[in-house]
Amino acid sequence: MNDPIIKLQGLEKRYGALTAVNDLHLEIQRGEIFGLLGPNGAGKTTTILMMLGLTEPSGGQAMVCGHDATRHPIPVKKKVGYLPDSVGFYTNMTALENLSFIAQLNGFTRREGHQKALDLLRIVGLIDVADKKVSTFSRGMKQRLGLADVLIKDPEVIILDEPTLGIDPRGVSEFLDLIKHLSVTQQLTVLLSSHHLQQVQRVCDRVGIFVKGQLLEVGAIDELASKLLKRDGNTTVVDLATPLPDLERVQEQITLLPDFIDCNLSPTRIEIKTGSEQTPQIVQLLVQQDAQIDGVRRKSYGLDEIYSTYFEEQNADKTKNNEKSTGFFNRTFHGKAIEK
Amino acid sequence: MKNQLVSLTEHSTAKPSKNDRSLLGVLVNKEIASFIRSWRFIVMALLIILTFMASMYVSMSNIKGLSVATNDPASNFIYLKLLTATDQSIPPFHVFLNFLAPLLGIGLGFDAINTEKNTGTLTRLLAQPIYRDNLLIGKFLAPLLLVGVFFAALTLLMIGAGIWLTGVAMEPQELFRLIGFIGISILYVGFWLSLSILLSVLFTQPSTAAITAFGIWLFFTIFFPILINLLVRSILPHPQSLSETQYIAYNELILSLHRISPGQLYSDATTTLLMPSVRSLGPISMEQTLGALPSNLRFSDSLMMVWPQITGLIAATALCFSLSYYLFMRKEIRS
Repeated sequence: MNDPIIKLQGLEKRYGALTAVNDLHLEIQRGEIFGLLGPNGAGKTTTILMMLGLTEPSGGQAMVCGHDATRHPIPVKKKVGYLPDSVGFYTNMTALENLSFIAQLNGFTRREGHQKALDLLRIVGLIDVADKKVSTFSRGMKQRLGLADVLIKDPEVIILDEPTLGIDPRGVSEFLDLIKHLSVTQQLTVLLSSHHLQQVQRVCDRVGIFVKGQLLEVGAIDELASKLLKRDGNTTVVDLATPLPDLERVQEQITLLPDFIDCNLSPTRIEIKTGSEQTPQIVQLLVQQDAQIDGVRRKSYGLDEIYSTYFEEQNADKTKNNEKSTGFFNRTFHGKAIEK
Repeated sequence: MKNQLVSLTEHSTAKPSKNDRSLLGVLVNKEIASFIRSWRFIVMALLIILTFMASMYVSMSNIKGLSVATNDPASNFIYLKLLTATDQSIPPFHVFLNFLAPLLGIGLGFDAINTEKNTGTLTRLLAQPIYRDNLLIGKFLAPLLLVGVFFAALTLLMIGAGIWLTGVAMEPQELFRLIGFIGISILYVGFWLSLSILLSVLFTQPSTAAITAFGIWLFFTIFFPILINLLVRSILPHPQSLSETQYIAYNELILSLHRISPGQLYSDATTTLLMPSVRSLGPISMEQTLGALPSNLRFSDSLMMVWPQITGLIAATALCFSLSYYLFMRKEIRS
């Protein structure tokens, strides 16, 4: 069972001159929770639509559960549940009717569908409102109903497109727990697309960073962080209880450290960037200089930093290109974007 | 919540037991269920029932005078008379239907695809293991089925009431003609339905689709005849300078132009089927009428006469439907 359940090979989608998805290679293993992370308009939804055969790719192939999603979408759709970012229900039907309709479309008889719908409404905690019309539901309730809707076909893979959009923090937390739990108990493979870093960080085993149609990095969050550390070096932050008596002397000493890259000194805080791990030496040095150390931190990379680093790189590239070719307006515009 | 979560592992994981063919049935079922409950259908049904009752009332009150008028060969077909007879105060039912059927067809189809798309249900629906054409066929079949049952119910009620009031038995020919009338009416609704489904695939906003559909309908019912009149007056020679055969030929041409309009096809077809004494839809010369005995056509002959009209309606419906099929099948589905 080492075959990946989702395998994208050189997937491409172009809309005229615009390339929405560019040469995408991705493998997702069975039972994994994979986070597709990227800003709006990065091509996440387009990728998902191609995996379901709802959009024809301009090039490449999407294999899902062993079937080509473009040529044989029906067997793919039998095994894949998809929750779109703006999920819609028939508002004149009740939650139960909506679900049992979908169950019947998946080949269950009316009675089986009814029973399954009730089971799932219980699981997502909507059993009390099963006979209410969906038009009375809140956004969070609709999202949970959407999850029930996705699960009703007993899927092997569920694809959730921005599932936490517009739900309050508590709802998000419950929703993510539910997904995590389901993934474990049902051996579900989950593909979650989001632009929300913390949420992805909380539940996903692996993350792919997707910007402007390109998959920049794939890996576990720790892996990505250590990759960044290697490139950007270690940053040690030291907080001081009292201002340093002799700032310039300390600075001189610091620059003599092995693999020194950069430092930033203020009276009560020192940030030092080095090419290798130097935190003990830094502390020793500071103590020798009579510094009253309040705390020492090693800066670690969370998804936030990873994300903004990759994202800024993209913008920086663009600025460079623009400065070569185009005029004043673009330069100032992109310059501002980076300052943020 | 945790307790609820655990129960997931215990819930029934029975495998689907249905075959793919009945999926269309599920779609049609759902469509019909939501139509029956919708105000739109109720209002239109009420409108049709009211006009039906009004025209029935008028023809019922005149029925005695009609059945004794012996110079009319169709006078013993009471039930056909009920549908067509009138005292000029209001038009007969089949003329009403010429206006109401497009309304019904457009009303049931103008938001078929675009509303599903706008509310996000289309993505959800197409993420299920169904073929896209099943959805489109379901959207077409469900309203037609509904309209068919509705028309059949109206006609059967009329027959029932007629038998109860007059006690006159029904001729088999009358029944065939009535069935033919229902069939053609359903076909006519079908044409407008497929046109409006096409527009609902084309336009994102349901209101745009509805207005365009009504525009096309208005064009054919009001402006098209005017347009033809203008055209005829400016291009064709003055009738007095023509010989009789030329005159007839030009008349045929004008009629053919009129028959581009589906409304004209429908009224040709229904008139011929409901009035057995109608023996020609075009102009007839004096010599042709002189020798003819005033008698009824057989049902098969009437049907033969309107066969081109029926074919035309079917062709127009098929054209619209296949066009929407073509557009919808390769459309990108995004909410």
